[in-house]
Amino acid sequence: MRTQLRDFCGYRAGDKGDTSDVALFAYDDAGYELILREVTAERVKEHFGSLVRGEVVRYEAANVRALNFVLRGALGGGGPRSLRSDNLGKSLGGALVRMEIDVLDRSVTPARRPRPDVSWADTIIAARVG
Amino acid sequence: MPDRAIRLGGGQGFYGDSPRAVQGLLDAGIDYLCLEALAELTLAILQKDRARDESLGYTRDLPRYLSAAIPAVLDGRTKIVTNAGGINPRAAAHAAVETAKQLGVSGLKIATVLGDDLMARLPDVQASTASALANVETGAAFSSMGGDALFFSAYLGAFPIAEALAQGADIVITGRVADAALFLGPLIYEFGWARNDWDRLAAGVLVGHLLECSGQVAGGNFSGEWWTVPEPWKLPYPIAEVTADGTAIITKPVASGGRVDVDTVRHQLLYEVHDPAAYLSPDVVADFTSAQLTDLGDDRVEVRDVRGTPATDTYKALLAYPAGWSGETRIAFSWPDAEEKARALTAIFMKRVELADLTVDEWEVEFWGVNALGGDTVPPTDAEAPEVVARVSWRCADQRTAAAVGRELVPLALGGPPAGMTGIGRGGAGPSELLGIWPTLVDKQLVDPGVTVTLEEI
Repeated sequence: MRTQLRDFCGYRAGDKGDTSDVALFAYDDAGYELILREVTAERVKEHFGSLVRGEVVRYEAANVRALNFVLRGALGGGGPRSLRSDNLGKSLGGALVRMEIDVLDRSVTPARRPRPDVSWADTIIAARVG
Repeated sequence: MPDRAIRLGGGQGFYGDSPRAVQGLLDAGIDYLCLEALAELTLAILQKDRARDESLGYTRDLPRYLSAAIPAVLDGRTKIVTNAGGINPRAAAHAAVETAKQLGVSGLKIATVLGDDLMARLPDVQASTASALANVETGAAFSSMGGDALFFSAYLGAFPIAEALAQGADIVITGRVADAALFLGPLIYEFGWARNDWDRLAAGVLVGHLLECSGQVAGGNFSGEWWTVPEPWKLPYPIAEVTADGTAIITKPVASGGRVDVDTVRHQLLYEVHDPAAYLSPDVVADFTSAQLTDLGDDRVEVRDVRGTPATDTYKALLAYPAGWSGETRIAFSWPDAEEKARALTAIFMKRVELADLTVDEWEVEFWGVNALGGDTVPPTDAEAPEVVARVSWRCADQRTAAAVGRELVPLALGGPPAGMTGIGRGGAGPSELLGIWPTLVDKQLVDPGVTVTLEEI
């Protein structure tokens, strides 16, 4: 079975110079084991293609069921120098969870994330837009 | 040493953050209001300010924050620690004095921490420091930096802040210090933590790291069930209740929106840390993977058992250099064939620039609505985009050329692909200056003798 990381992972990206840090958060032990096995530095490097020119290093934080990926040469030269509209790479977390992985063992069912319900936002907007 | 918890508030996460949530922190009661104003990008902005006017170079929203918080300082309820000094802490201190005078208050002690600015000593430091100022990200030699340095600042640690508080400061203004040092400094002062008490220092760094981005630990920029965060328009700023052993509870004012739970806290725990098992700070190497997070409910998360190891003998430092000028345009195309039209327009624009003999050193082409943000991670699709925005950016050696390139777009209003261009000129605020940033390492022994704390009473 193939599935996207977005279905069971949280994410956040930040910047330092021309380096992007992208963290990936699993929601239970099964999910953590799955990303530990499937989301290698090599796969992440391949996934980002031309967005990341340099190496990718993976770090583990088992205490919070998370992986942190350090992407070198990922920000078009660094925030104040980059021509990209997303010069700080804030969207790279979302780009990472677009990755598809194989769930080999069907007995492993990582907790799945629900999709957003923003009906409260629709209500607010509708009351203000004719 | 106090046997109660010390309450720290993270009242600012960047230059331009809103002071509105600060009142919530003051109402909830905090011993220290810590205002973190400096990203890497911010120093570049401040450098441009200082180049225009020698009395600038600090974050100019400081008076707004001080106006909100000085009444609580006068009441003895809180003290303020901020790196709003940017690359000109003396000017920030002057602005603080002026703000206090305008409020008609006296009796305030304002401390200024200097010594992070190494610009005047650049050749000497470059010759003496072990790194020779090689780029710490790429390993490139300093001689390959693409222009003359505009600023050169070391990230100082927390002990000068603790020293300022020991001298009786009500408000501590620094330049470039490690973000977390704004929070660790008060803890060192209150609890008397020693320079080699690595676990305690690591705990303080972790607390600072969690609070330094204001609302980002309390439901902001949160990828979990973000749509369920209560009243996100009233996002709170965070509070840490820290005890002498380094155990902390991360929380928020009760009367606010937002959320603090293990999920929001772990999102911030790993934010921009590189190796979470060896988070490098000036005062300690902190192991964030040793931290135990426990959800206590009611927007309270306990963080304990943080481990630290000895600090390195270098400070991180940052330089910036001029890297040319950029221009940018965004042109929207509607269905049908929106993406094809956007690509054609981009090519026509590039050819026109060449025919005008204008030199562009770098182009960046993005198609919003197709793959502008996701790049190669976006799978190809046969589906036709209902609308596409071509966003084209360029880098030139000088401001005049960058502006002239933008003007080559104008005739395409009537001369490009159908149905004409929409929204031409939007986002075209004129060229802006690009700065390259150069992270490096500097031996502490070259920096520490120049670090000073001065106290001024008004």
